[in-house]
Amino acid sequence: MDIVQLTIDNKKVVVEKGTTILEAAKTIGVDVPTLCHMKLEDTNFENKPGGCRVCVVEVEGRRNLAPACKTECTEGMMVNTHSVRVVNARRTVMELILSDHPFDCLVCAKSGDCELQSLAQNLGIREIKYTGAKSTYKGDESPAIIRDMDKCIMCRRCETACNEVQTVGVLSAINRGFESVVAPAFEMDLDHSTCTFCGQCVAVCPTGALTERDSSSKVMDAIVNPKKKVIVQTAPAVRAALGEEFGMEAGTLVTGKMVSALRKLGFDYVFDTDFAADLTIMEEGTELLDRLSKHLAGDKEVKLPILTSCCPGWVNFFEHQFPEMIDIPSTAKSPQQMFGAIAKTYFADQLKEKREDVVVVSVMPCLAKKYECSRDEFAVDGDPDVNISISTRELAQMIRNANLNFEALEEDDFDNPLGESTGAAVIFGTTGGVIEAAVRTAYEVHTKKPLERLDFEELRGMEGIRSATIDFDGLPINIGIAHGLGNARKLLEDIKAGKSQFHAIEIMACPGGCIGGGGQPYHHGNMEILKKRQKAIYEEDKGKTLRKSHENPFIQKLYAEFLGEPCGHKSHELLHTHYYDKKKKVEI
Amino acid sequence: MANIKLPAAKVDELKEVCKKFDNDGGELINVLHAAQEMFGYLPAEVQELVANELNVSVAHVYGVVTFYSFFSMIPKGKHPISICMGTACYVRGAEKVLDEFKKHLDVKVGETTDDGKFSISCLRCVGACGLAPVVTVGERVYGRVAPEDVKGIIEEYL
Amino acid sequence: MAKYKNHVLVCGGTGCRASQGEEIVYNLNRVIEENGLEQEVQVVRTGCFGFCEKGPVVKMVPDNTFYVQVSPDDAEEIVKEHLVKGRQVERLLYTDPETKKHVSESKNMGFYKKQIRIALRNCGFINPENIDEYIARDGYASLGMAITEMKPEEVIRIIIDSGLRGRGGGGFPTGLKWDITRKVESDQKYVVCNADEGDPGAFMDRSILEGDPHSVLEAMAINGYCTGANQGLIYIRAEYPLAISRLKIAIQQAREYGLLGKDIFGTGFDFDVELRYGAGAFVCGEETSLIHSMEGLRGEPTVKPPFPSESGYKGKPTNVNNVETYANIPVILMKGAKWFSSIGTEKSKGTKVFALAGKVNNVGLIEVPMGTTLREVIFDIGGGIKDGKKFKAVQTGGPSGGCLTEKHLDIPIDYDNLIASGSMMGSGGMIVMDEDDCMVSMAKFYLDFTVEESCGKCAPCRIGNKRLYEMLHKITEGKGTEEDLSNLRNLSNVIKDTSLCGLGQTSPNPVLSTMENFWDEYMAHVKEDKCPAGQCKSLMQYIISEEKCVGCTLCSRVCPVDAITGDKKAPHVINPTTCIKCGACFEKCKFGAISIQ
Repeated sequence: MDIVQLTIDNKKVVVEKGTTILEAAKTIGVDVPTLCHMKLEDTNFENKPGGCRVCVVEVEGRRNLAPACKTECTEGMMVNTHSVRVVNARRTVMELILSDHPFDCLVCAKSGDCELQSLAQNLGIREIKYTGAKSTYKGDESPAIIRDMDKCIMCRRCETACNEVQTVGVLSAINRGFESVVAPAFEMDLDHSTCTFCGQCVAVCPTGALTERDSSSKVMDAIVNPKKKVIVQTAPAVRAALGEEFGMEAGTLVTGKMVSALRKLGFDYVFDTDFAADLTIMEEGTELLDRLSKHLAGDKEVKLPILTSCCPGWVNFFEHQFPEMIDIPSTAKSPQQMFGAIAKTYFADQLKEKREDVVVVSVMPCLAKKYECSRDEFAVDGDPDVNISISTRELAQMIRNANLNFEALEEDDFDNPLGESTGAAVIFGTTGGVIEAAVRTAYEVHTKKPLERLDFEELRGMEGIRSATIDFDGLPINIGIAHGLGNARKLLEDIKAGKSQFHAIEIMACPGGCIGGGGQPYHHGNMEILKKRQKAIYEEDKGKTLRKSHENPFIQKLYAEFLGEPCGHKSHELLHTHYYDKKKKVEI
Repeated sequence: MANIKLPAAKVDELKEVCKKFDNDGGELINVLHAAQEMFGYLPAEVQELVANELNVSVAHVYGVVTFYSFFSMIPKGKHPISICMGTACYVRGAEKVLDEFKKHLDVKVGETTDDGKFSISCLRCVGACGLAPVVTVGERVYGRVAPEDVKGIIEEYL
Repeated sequence: MAKYKNHVLVCGGTGCRASQGEEIVYNLNRVIEENGLEQEVQVVRTGCFGFCEKGPVVKMVPDNTFYVQVSPDDAEEIVKEHLVKGRQVERLLYTDPETKKHVSESKNMGFYKKQIRIALRNCGFINPENIDEYIARDGYASLGMAITEMKPEEVIRIIIDSGLRGRGGGGFPTGLKWDITRKVESDQKYVVCNADEGDPGAFMDRSILEGDPHSVLEAMAINGYCTGANQGLIYIRAEYPLAISRLKIAIQQAREYGLLGKDIFGTGFDFDVELRYGAGAFVCGEETSLIHSMEGLRGEPTVKPPFPSESGYKGKPTNVNNVETYANIPVILMKGAKWFSSIGTEKSKGTKVFALAGKVNNVGLIEVPMGTTLREVIFDIGGGIKDGKKFKAVQTGGPSGGCLTEKHLDIPIDYDNLIASGSMMGSGGMIVMDEDDCMVSMAKFYLDFTVEESCGKCAPCRIGNKRLYEMLHKITEGKGTEEDLSNLRNLSNVIKDTSLCGLGQTSPNPVLSTMENFWDEYMAHVKEDKCPAGQCKSLMQYIISEEKCVGCTLCSRVCPVDAITGDKKAPHVINPTTCIKCGACFEKCKFGAISIQ
């Protein structure tokens, strides 16, 4: 290993060759401020254009200042990170960036969580000497994401997320100079583009330029409406992250406090999307076994591998980018939509309410869910199965609005019947979880033997693409996993080329799966946060008495009383969907 | 999103151009040059088609089109007027000449008159500094243009 | 050129072509044919002669008569008088502005006397569309010598010893650059010619490509041999159609002659050249931007290192030099390092081509030895300031350079002296300004350019230059304050210090150098609300002299806003609040009664 020795702020530092000044400084506790730079280790997200110039430092013998994030350490280098020249330059650059930024911080959705704001505070900017014209752009509000590009600082993180990580390719830098900004082609609305609404652009945006569409007031309107029964479902990844919004350590499970908070907010029933996740496993697992047995029986027409379909960002992705493969994914709806379908039929019947008087709210780590619940096929006579979807962040805001002291709340339990779930459902929140849950059920259904080992470590982790072969009592089942749409693309290309050896593939659009969703508390580039959330999810699974979906007694009851059998007639009607070719055609 | 509407012959021609460049995304700028030559400008439909053929995102194509001043999404006038704003022309009064054109045609730089006859653009040095200030109308070059000459130049094309 | 007795060389540079150069060629050929001389006389379209001020230029060979400002109608007389009767057409000869005598040969003209033409050696001498003419002047001999007799290291040694530095602006030693690329191991390397001349007011690269395209192709092949590359790419502005078409012809001819392509001179060395088109982005003159543009991307720069010599086009080692640098290479190999390094100053060897323009009598393209003074260039070659006005400043280096003044006139021009004086060589634009030019407006002009050309990637250049422009605008409007001046200075320094690429690192130079050299002018704008040069509209006032005004009423009639009042035959007055300073009255007054203050 080659090493170099250098001096930073009069301290000797020894680092590996190739280390940047920024990284080297960190090793001696010097935090050079950054703005555009963001690296999410273990995923392929690295944004380092060297564009904001906030991290400049003085290097002896160099004519101009050096960007610490992009400059590699060399032997004998003498670096000063806080000389008068550096501080003046940094503050001046910051003033320039602020001079082209709206001053509506007090009412900005990102206030308090804005990296630009906290940097301005750190640098103690109190006036802006260089004022002038501000760049303004067309606003864009889709059902999921709001783009207010007047607040864009051209850090290019969203562009990196959209193109390099997700390979969706909706965003690009456009124009030149002062007018340059990141936008979809022709500055069209995201709604009209091939955006998957995965929300990874929002997750990495340092300012209020990209935010979710806030639906919390719609939720409150429903709650105060005496005619409506408002029920809420919460996705598995939410409980592993919500606490962060209240200063709790990342990875703290707050399931009980969350239920308690939801009840205090006035929801009539507090249910769990996990229940629907168990239901998803029943449907998707059955579908897998069905396709598998046909395949084993020599059916050449049957589509394998089967792809999971719980993730709406992923569904949007293949509808736009791989329309020729829309018959490969499972037809099972996502847990959010299965929940909505059951809530507005089975449960509404129990309540003796008309479906339009039942309002289903979902709390999701996800922005694509906002889009998903607005899809036409998920509504009956214009009444959507899920009326409103809010993100983890929006729920936190509602809790704050209601003056609830979150940390002090007592732990509470979900309501029944749609609140009971197994450990298999909990792990839906992380990459690898859906397929592990499916394996647990499919194994027992297929082999008719009890599964001895429930923890499939080989399916877990943070690698972008993972694979494992699970022995179904003599039948080897090849499983693939991808998280991040760029990784998904690779597996899809393989299938297209006929090179895929997998029987089943799990895909989640967001890096890390739902724990890293676009609606989660901002991680600000700290990968440890995602890892802790993941750990919390597996802990919750471990703590559950029931860890296989088919053992959920309320699921069994649902089939017995209402649905019949998995993939049966009623299931197909309520729990399965179909996909659309959304690729643009050249019309002559 | 509306589907793309272009005349069939043009579509084939453009596809042929892309093919000539091996449908290689790295050749995007060359392809755009050819497309602009073909259509006179680069409407959204053309960019969509190019993106499709070269297997790059439309956003990327649009990002490139809007980066380079040579590419335009607005059709040029029948007689495109370009005023050289290179330094040599500037110090010899190009700005006044430009103002005169703007005044007479009532359009801004980068715009086309309502009747589609004239469009005004600025150039950065055509390399005819000896003739400064220089104006070109289509292929024709006018040297040592004074603001008083502007009216006459426009009238030549009416 | 052996076959014909006489040659008529017609300048085919863009400037002369714009002045009906093609019609001149057409008429000459027609008259020659009418007089039955087509077997004896050949009309040749050459590259630029450089003396654009007096274009179109026609030169007669072998007697070297140099006709200036020729019009298509003059063709008849040239043929009948000069070619048939052997008499010079006197009225088309150049008149020396001092002696008022006709000068028939270019070497006796002030414009050419002090020039040494190395990079431009063939421009104006050969038909750029005929490879034989290039070969007749030792063309491709250097390539032959290099690849058949020399090792790459030996060739590079000569380039290093010659002291040649990059002519595109930075002035990096060319031989060293080649050597770095040579030493990087890779299965594929590229040779790139930067012909994206974007500096407004510079056109030397274009003239070389139009006048002598083969010299660039030859040099690129030599570079390919030295660095181990077999693919050359010329990145050229799409706005240069003539240069593009001549390059295409040259590449085709070189391929036909086996001077490009496979197994050149039977040595097994393969090398070919392709064209890539720029699309109007000044920043693409920066080499990383240029490479991204060639890859079909937005022309945004990336942080160096890695340098292109390590990781360039498609991630492969890439040697980038500009046109003028390449044009020097074949001669250096032919005549030796010693010869080249005997020209110029200690640290800047050889010659430099400048595009001399602005308020100077002889606008044109010139090539002078490094170390020539600005005074020699502006007054001897340039023939002094137009209309007998007073010299004020000269901007070298385009938007990246600075304004130099009277006190810099006797400094020998080279890379280091220009930088020490607060400017830079740049690509070689040289714009002369006189007493009527306002220096604040000049700085604003350049910043306007930079604002438009900034790629937008880094914050200081994207926003900082905009703010500089806005402050300068405010000052020229008479709304500036002394605080603005100190902000201008600080911001300029920070932009230089923090910008990502060469564009932003130099864009404040016009501001800093004009502030340094014309501080009083800035102060006059902010403290006295005056523009000493009388250029800033908002700060000027038209005044009618009571003594001189005869009351003809012409001014009040042309005034578009009725700001001028007065009785017939009585002195008129301009109301300063309604006056829009259009200058119509000033131009119309026959008695010189209206002045600007």
